[in-house]
Amino acid sequence: MLGSLVIVFREVLEAGLIVGIVMAATRGVPGRGRWITLGVIGGVLGAMVVAAFAGAISDAFEGSGQELFNACVLGIAVVMLMWHNAWMARHGREIAVQMRQIGTAISSGQRTLAALAVVVGLAVLREGSEIVLFLYGIMASGTSGTALLTGGLLGLLAGAALTALTYFGLLAIPSRHIFTVTTWMITLLAAGMAAQAVHFLDVAGLLTALDNVVWNTSWLLSEGSLVGKLLHTLIGYTEQPTAMQLFAYAAVLLAMAVLMRLARNEPSPHPQSA
Amino acid sequence: MRALPFALAVALSLTVSAAMPGTARAADDITITIKDHKFTPAEVRISANKRMSIVVVNDDPTPEEFESLPMKIEKIIPGNSKALVRFGPIAPGRYEFIGEFNQATAKGVMIAE
Repeated sequence: MLGSLVIVFREVLEAGLIVGIVMAATRGVPGRGRWITLGVIGGVLGAMVVAAFAGAISDAFEGSGQELFNACVLGIAVVMLMWHNAWMARHGREIAVQMRQIGTAISSGQRTLAALAVVVGLAVLREGSEIVLFLYGIMASGTSGTALLTGGLLGLLAGAALTALTYFGLLAIPSRHIFTVTTWMITLLAAGMAAQAVHFLDVAGLLTALDNVVWNTSWLLSEGSLVGKLLHTLIGYTEQPTAMQLFAYAAVLLAMAVLMRLARNEPSPHPQSA
Repeated sequence: MRALPFALAVALSLTVSAAMPGTARAADDITITIKDHKFTPAEVRISANKRMSIVVVNDDPTPEEFESLPMKIEKIIPGNSKALVRFGPIAPGRYEFIGEFNQATAKGVMIAE
């Protein structure tokens, strides 16, 4: 039972953190509960569909379908996160001011909520499809299924608890600073996702340039440990990054900085969507 | 403006599919079979410092995730099917791999030389 709890929790970890961060990042934007719920439900349904077609996805593109699928999902999430930060660069201050003054915020955040709902949905979909397959395997094999299944469900609950912990932990930050913190977190999240996408493209044989491993920190922190896995999601920690992965990471940081600066200086008062 | 990210994604997938045929590589004639949540063979010799692709056949009715952290492999293989697993180049050495969904029994090791 403990075994299946750990497996499911490890899978749910990444999605759990992302949902927590997104909830904190959209604090004060009306309707965010509805959008995030929609993202989670969409992600769960998507995970089931992906699990059902796992064979077909795997066989696609000469056996590289899974990797290309993951790379695309991560790529879309990176773009959505960039867009959110650009939007926040433009509207974050007014939201924070209004939150302090009247306790509610502006109502023009629907687009960025949609973008973040997509991010949440994709995170749940990517990790969730493995959980669906794992739990399906337990149920299909029948024997000793109940204890394993209980463990799996407890793992899901532990993931939800992690979401709550992330969210309330971030809420403890004074509202003056919270968007600065979440903007940084989202920036690092996006950079890490881009580096991960590069790995999938490398495995698929599509992006093999600069694939030399630059350093190896497995002696210091294993990517398989809990801390390693947390850092993998939060800042994109990888034991053995390739030059291309580091390049992608740096490129996203740079692109994010440029985009946010442009968004901040944009003269038009309309909701910005860079 | 929401169209922009989607357009980028579509463009990316098109680029990706267009690039695919040129990258075709044959499996290196190594096959690992999963049966009753165990690997056969459980010890595999592979070439170090070379891109590898091996075939993993899952003869169990339940899905399995073929995983090796040190080799950066993570591949879902549905029940009663097979998958091409690509990895490398890796340095000479011993590398463990597992079936993540059945870690108690599904264990193996690759020896890169």
